[in-house]
Amino acid sequence: MRFMSVAAAVFALVGLTQVAAAAEAGVFEIVIKDHRFSPDRIEVPAGQKLTLLVKNQDSSAEEFESHALKREKVIKGGQEARINIGPLSAGEYTFVGEYHESTAKGVIVAK
Amino acid sequence: MLAAAIIVFREVLEAALVIGIVLAATRTLQNSRRWISGGILAGLVGSALVALSADVLSEALSGMGQELFNAGVLLVAVVMLGWHTVWMSGHGREMAQEMKRLGHAVSAGSRPLSVLAVVVGVAVLREGAETVLFVFGVSASGEEGTVATALGCAVGFAAGAAMGGLLYAGLLAVPTRHLFSVTTWLVTLLAAGMAAQAVAFLAAAGVWDIASQPVWDSSWLLADSSLPGRVLHTLVGYVDRPSLSQLGAYGATILAITGLTRRMASESKGPEVVV
Repeated sequence: MRFMSVAAAVFALVGLTQVAAAAEAGVFEIVIKDHRFSPDRIEVPAGQKLTLLVKNQDSSAEEFESHALKREKVIKGGQEARINIGPLSAGEYTFVGEYHESTAKGVIVAK
Repeated sequence: MLAAAIIVFREVLEAALVIGIVLAATRTLQNSRRWISGGILAGLVGSALVALSADVLSEALSGMGQELFNAGVLLVAVVMLGWHTVWMSGHGREMAQEMKRLGHAVSAGSRPLSVLAVVVGVAVLREGAETVLFVFGVSASGEEGTVATALGCAVGFAAGAAMGGLLYAGLLAVPTRHLFSVTTWLVTLLAAGMAAQAVAFLAAAGVWDIASQPVWDSSWLLADSSLPGRVLHTLVGYVDRPSLSQLGAYGATILAITGLTRRMASESKGPEVVV
């Protein structure tokens, strides 16, 4: 029974996602290559919902992770992923590629 | 090698802490180890499957499949942990009596154990899938020697498992008459932390954007990316920038579990025990 209600809740939420996706605003593209983000500094407007489109051009998987933004998402090699963020208050939000933390670093600056 | 060790350590640590608590909480139940090992095995198999289907999963549900999967898995664990705690409180009295009569092991039936096998399986599943993806990624790109990577993984795994073992040993040092209430609280906080994390994933998927702004920022004091921060995150759900809805989910889970536990405990004083 509990499984059923969890499943029902998830399906209900899926419906909502599609509505949310239709009303999507600014999309910012980030490319991962050679375990680095490019650009590694992205200026975005504060107080708005945004989408990061992260394209992983490496052959290995990477995990986009940001404690400041509360996001973590695995992106397999050669794939791309959308990450919804915001609305952000003005400030700097760092992110890393968890699988190559020494090189894959970046920051989102909300203004 | 170091990178592999650190990543595997982080992932294993979280699963090992959950398993340590569950093992200690079910120490006096018969067959508990068998169920928990079954859960770990199922979780390992599941994480390999999840890793294999990662691209399908992340494209599913308008690209938010990964987030919704994580949220779903966490919510299942919350329900299971809550159910176990409430069940145990209803049977605590008869179990204590049986324990006095029979010594240590208690044959309270396998019901709460199958529930905990699910919790353990789910914990392994989440952390395992990320580890598998990382390890395959590194060995496929051949940027580090395969031997070095394998060694790093082994070191990370051993260190993570050792932390879980330490927690378990620490819990065993608690006198038996207090152990039940200590593990009940640990399990309750574990569930509350998972509920808050599930809310973060729902926010990431874009399906929950009410009150998703951080209420405070204590990352200067204890960042949840640091090791103590991570341990506290797994154990009691510490988040350095919690949103109001995360705090709400956390509080609601604690209230729900303790409330139901009290009701069950008072009901079990009567002649009939409702399961």
